[in-house]
Amino acid sequence: MSDGVPGARRIHPGSVKQTRTQQFLRSEFFHNYKRSPTAIASSLMILFVVLVAVLGPFVTPQDPYSLAGLSLADAYKPPAWAQGGEVRFLLGTDQQGRDILSAIVYGSRISLFIGFVGVFFAAAFGIVVGLVAGYKGGRIESLIMRVADIQLSFPSMLIALFLMTTFGRSVGNILVALTLIGWVRYARIVRGEVLSVKKKEYVEAAKVIGFSELTIIFKHVLPNVLTSVIVLSTIQVGSFILIEATLSFLGMGVPVTRPSLGMLCSEGFAVLYSGLWWVSFFPGLYIVFIVFGINLFGDFLRDELNPRLK
Amino acid sequence: MVLKFLVRRIFQLLIVLLVVSSIVFFVTSVIGNPVHTMLPERAAQELVDQVVRQLGLDKPLYVQYLIFLRNALRGDFGRSYTHFQPALKLIFSRFPATMEIVAVSMLMTVVLGISLGVYAGAHPKRRLSKIVMGGSIAGISLPSFWVGMVLIFFFSVRMGWFPVSGRGQLGTILGIPTSLATVSGWRHILLPSITLASINIATVIRLVRAGMLETMRQDYIKFAKAKGVNSRDVLYKHALKNIMIPVVTMFGLQLGEMIAFTTITETIFAWPGMGKLLIDAINNLDRPIVSAYLLFVAVLFVVINFVVDLLYTLIDPRVEL
Repeated sequence: MSDGVPGARRIHPGSVKQTRTQQFLRSEFFHNYKRSPTAIASSLMILFVVLVAVLGPFVTPQDPYSLAGLSLADAYKPPAWAQGGEVRFLLGTDQQGRDILSAIVYGSRISLFIGFVGVFFAAAFGIVVGLVAGYKGGRIESLIMRVADIQLSFPSMLIALFLMTTFGRSVGNILVALTLIGWVRYARIVRGEVLSVKKKEYVEAAKVIGFSELTIIFKHVLPNVLTSVIVLSTIQVGSFILIEATLSFLGMGVPVTRPSLGMLCSEGFAVLYSGLWWVSFFPGLYIVFIVFGINLFGDFLRDELNPRLK
Repeated sequence: MVLKFLVRRIFQLLIVLLVVSSIVFFVTSVIGNPVHTMLPERAAQELVDQVVRQLGLDKPLYVQYLIFLRNALRGDFGRSYTHFQPALKLIFSRFPATMEIVAVSMLMTVVLGISLGVYAGAHPKRRLSKIVMGGSIAGISLPSFWVGMVLIFFFSVRMGWFPVSGRGQLGTILGIPTSLATVSGWRHILLPSITLASINIATVIRLVRAGMLETMRQDYIKFAKAKGVNSRDVLYKHALKNIMIPVVTMFGLQLGEMIAFTTITETIFAWPGMGKLLIDAINNLDRPIVSAYLLFVAVLFVVINFVVDLLYTLIDPRVEL
């Protein structure tokens, strides 16, 4: 199948076996990646964000959670470049004398954690449900798909809001809420794929040989849906981070003890009218930076891996 | 034909409502005890018991549910615990304010979203198209509350051009009191509407562009061009007509999405619509309002979907209901 196709993996038939890295470096995907400035820029943005979240606490000037380090005398300092700003507080301080930059670094850890882990759970749940629906068919399938349809006709923001008011604010509850709103898209994609793969001859053959259903699912069906799942997941991380931020902004997301970026914005909103714009502006700007990077990269991935979704 | 479709849809609506109402009821009865927010902290036990009995909270859950269903069928969701008025009436009274912002931002979305989307899809190689597409990715990455805050700070706090909250003076159009009838009202409505539209415009641009890219490759477009139809007519008459079905579907979804997001916009701009009513009700554990809101919105969404399906038949006569 790959012979003669330009950019295909096997370039010299019968050549020395390539390592995975070598294969990747020669792939069409990597070739296109190198030539796309937006792909490179966006992946650098994501790398930066992740590095800041992982390494940040070691380099931030202040630990925003430790009350001992805060001094009310430092409250309401504008950013360093504005009049009255100090270099110590590059992006200014909030009403408690907390360094905004440090708060953003710590907040981004919570926002990113919720985004990535939430997508992981939603994907896992959705894939299993989709596999069951597609493979079993019958009543189970129509029930699952009906639930999915009803759920999709409601905006996910509203469902999330409703769930969070019921569960109460906590990081774990946000993850549950995100799983409950995120599974639908995965289930639909996976089910569709299962339905088309189920009829393929090689799956029939595997059945005849006597492979168990689980083997067939994991060896033959799942690999086929993987690209769609990766593309969808990238975009979902961005949208989950936005949903979390919005919930926290409304006071229905993370608890006060774990201020995510959205919560920092909501605390800053209280003092916005007094002209203290930096308290809420910078955390929000960083959300935009994170989600923009993820969405740009997701856009590239979608074009590369799954032209059908275009 | 239409009648059969109508009956099927109404049946569907009833099922959706039953499901939503059961979920809403059981879930809201799990939320904390509303009695505590209604009475002072140290209220006498007899008083607490009396209020519990008045609200019917002492009965078993399934009895409460049946009573809830019976009353809901009559449009009675109980009185708001904080406003002391029937919940549904409150929602109705706030509904016009919400629809005002939704209407204005829908208008912005339609005009900007379709024209920019058509442009970017028709000339994908042009620099302006690339800027539009980059901008649309940035657009879907914006948290709407942040857009609202930036607008408030810049245009209201810093420049003082627009008021920060409320609906302003109301005039009347066709007997309905509305902000859209006065200059003051328009000055109040502009920022919330831009906030609400900001994300949706980006989504619409992307969908319209994708549809245009697909359509522009078709033979009949090439033929129309070759025939010498002027390029504006090719775009807006030949091509756009064919992508109307996905576009109309999307506007249906967007309308729902916008109504949901008014909760955030209205909270930021202190706009007295039903979105703010919901957020306040959630914070006050005002159960009747929360249930009434959710069921009202559910009906609204089913109606929107129904209208979208009817529109299909107008756009594309081949579609059968």
